[in-house]
Amino acid sequence: MATISSTGDTNFRIGMLIYDTRYRSYTIQIIALIIFMLAAAWLVNNVIENLAALGKTFSFGFLNDTASYDINQRLIDYSSTSSHARAAVVGILNTLLVAILGCITATVVGVVAGVLRLSNNWLIARLMTIYVEGFRNIPVLVWILITVAVINETLPAPNQFRGADPDASPLLGGMLVLTNRGFYIPAPVMGDMSMAVVIVFLLSVGVMIGFRRWAKKRQEATGEILPLLPISLGILFLPTLLVFFLLGMPITLEYPELKGFNFRGGVFMRDSLIGLWLALSLYTGAFTAEIVRAGILAVSKGQSEAAFALGLRPGRTMNLVILPQALRVIVPPLISQYLNLTKNSSLAIAVGYMDATGTLGGISLNQTGKEFECLMLLMAFYLIVSLSISAVMNWYNERVKLRER
Amino acid sequence: MSANREPFVASGDIPPSPPPSSVVGPVAWVRENLFSSIPNAIMTLAGLFIIYSLLASVIPWLFVNSVWNATSLGHCREIDNGACLAVIKERYLQFIYGFYPEAERWRAILTFVLMVVAVWPILFAGAPRKLFYFSAVYPALAYWLIWGGTIWGPVGVMLGPIIAIITYRILSTVLRGTSMEEGIAGVLALIAAGLAMVIWWLLGVELFDGTVSSIVSIGLPVVESDKIGGFLLSTLIGVSGIAGSFPLGIALALGRRSNLLFIKAISTGFIEFIRGVPLITLLFVASTLLNYFLPPGTSFDIILRVVIMVTLFASAYMAEVIRGGLAALPKGQYEAADALGLDYWKSMRLIILPQALKISIPGIVNTFIGLFKDTVLVSVIGLLDPVGILNPIRADQNWNGIVWELYGFISIFFFIFCFGMSRYSQYLERKLQTGHR
Repeated sequence: MATISSTGDTNFRIGMLIYDTRYRSYTIQIIALIIFMLAAAWLVNNVIENLAALGKTFSFGFLNDTASYDINQRLIDYSSTSSHARAAVVGILNTLLVAILGCITATVVGVVAGVLRLSNNWLIARLMTIYVEGFRNIPVLVWILITVAVINETLPAPNQFRGADPDASPLLGGMLVLTNRGFYIPAPVMGDMSMAVVIVFLLSVGVMIGFRRWAKKRQEATGEILPLLPISLGILFLPTLLVFFLLGMPITLEYPELKGFNFRGGVFMRDSLIGLWLALSLYTGAFTAEIVRAGILAVSKGQSEAAFALGLRPGRTMNLVILPQALRVIVPPLISQYLNLTKNSSLAIAVGYMDATGTLGGISLNQTGKEFECLMLLMAFYLIVSLSISAVMNWYNERVKLRER
Repeated sequence: MSANREPFVASGDIPPSPPPSSVVGPVAWVRENLFSSIPNAIMTLAGLFIIYSLLASVIPWLFVNSVWNATSLGHCREIDNGACLAVIKERYLQFIYGFYPEAERWRAILTFVLMVVAVWPILFAGAPRKLFYFSAVYPALAYWLIWGGTIWGPVGVMLGPIIAIITYRILSTVLRGTSMEEGIAGVLALIAAGLAMVIWWLLGVELFDGTVSSIVSIGLPVVESDKIGGFLLSTLIGVSGIAGSFPLGIALALGRRSNLLFIKAISTGFIEFIRGVPLITLLFVASTLLNYFLPPGTSFDIILRVVIMVTLFASAYMAEVIRGGLAALPKGQYEAADALGLDYWKSMRLIILPQALKISIPGIVNTFIGLFKDTVLVSVIGLLDPVGILNPIRADQNWNGIVWELYGFISIFFFIFCFGMSRYSQYLERKLQTGHR
């Protein structure tokens, strides 16, 4: 007869550290901790010894030294007598500039391409497939180099705009000048009282958001739907335009003009910025197109059929039924594409656009020889950007999460 | 009269008349797929125009007016106004091998051919299983073939795991004979085996290499790392990165999902750090900083440093992909494995990972493709991968100003490789499809 017996053996034996699940996890963790600490100590020790052997010190004092190099594309004042810290800030702003521009255009390109790939027009769908596969399977660095080469090789040089019968002329009535060194766009000139216009515009944005919230609440409460689009557009633009003309048009545009061998005035965007921006947008756009396509396909057909059965019009079906569900699938990978775009913008260094990698990780690093400090700051910057983008993503995921029982 | 006429009775089936041409056939297809509505027709026309203008500019340029035989860009332009493919003809060997010595190029080709043999059993189920042994020794063989030097160094390195296995076998039998508790004996043997391997690598390999070389010297001429370039370098970095990042990624993914707090923290920290910074900063670390982390006086090969960084980079992404697969697996699978009484490693190896990896195939292959594309970044730190090779060519007086031919050549190479990989992943997905569809 079998007896079930508990040995009741509570004596601790060394073997229990491995074979007893109560202790095993601690054993493993303590061993891992010890190995980790040893490795870390070894690395830190090596670094200290190496730095000492090279006579280098670890300090961030170099940030206050004069950078003595030029940055040709910048958003804030900077000259070669500014400090390395200022150069780094210029670089960081340049990274953010190209990242934000790129994210906007990549979204537009991606949504259009993704929708067209699902189009029932056979030819257009195939064309979009070629676009997507072509961009996804060739390195982004090659695309960046190609785009910059396209600008440099195919667009006219500034001196071709000269003379009575020039080879090239500005586009859109002088507003846009495309040269092989970069693009010129009009710059807004803020006259007196122009702040009033800006403030009115910002206020209208606030009012519009408030109005939309109120309209949504009202719709949920009463079921009545207001013509949202015209009203919001009216709120957005009418007051601003009114103030703009009442104050006598305080904001004017400064057009680029040809003076001597080059254009003056307007905002100048260098070939490297344009090339980087276009290449990143098209490259990320190809990935975005796939995400958008997958998102739309993920909403089952029954959803739109159900919406039609309820009598919703196609526009409403899209807005109220399809999009909210598709966006839940689309937005998280879309945000990580934004993150990728931001990180890929570090390839700017290959075309000479001075982003954070070009200033902090490039010239500043080479000039000061402070590899450790420069790379630490650079990585910290990128980490902060990506962790904040992930935080936004987590917040969004939490907000749109399906609330099930 | 009509009385004589028989009423019509069908004696057999009347063949169905063909559908009207507006419903089937090419006309109907065109009407339905290209011109179903006015906006659709406009889009079709626009698409046709785009295709026409692309083809009208590319085909004469690339096929009709292209120049294959010329000595410089100016010479090309004199002959015809099409693509100056003479530059490709002159430099394609550089694109493939970099500055690898001409007399030794057979080694690169052999390495590549052997790679196909080594990869075959991994990729396709039909291959003889014995080939796996070849795949296992292939890395050392490839290293020896590419870099040259004496063969005994790589052989010594490959002996490490064998020594570890032998140590483990002997020690565990010996220790079992004693009165020592079994668990302790196993762990002691394992630790001793690991130590033996590390000690062998640190001290034994050099000695082994020295002694055996003095007796039987088999070697190839040494090729320095700065001679290796072109697609050879891309493939080298790409394949080593892929081979290294896959196991590392699995380990990190398991680590991140582990219940052990400390292991989880390390894995998560590592993954988030690597994913948060661009590869280029890691390559800067490889080129400027990595030597600081090693004992003073040691320095190792730049290609090896880059491979390590690329592997670490890809493994973090791989880990996230595999973690997605692990999370997508129904909880019942984990519970069933536990219910069968399998321990952690057995349940992972036999039940969880095969399914999780299958789910994550598309993501895994995407990571591989990304890694392969990212190898061009090494040109930024001065290695001569295809993009790095461009600069000396464009700086050459003869070919100054040439753009499209070179970029096109590189793009085609990457497109073929990456597109091939994505097709393979689709094949694999179909093959492993076990769902009831």
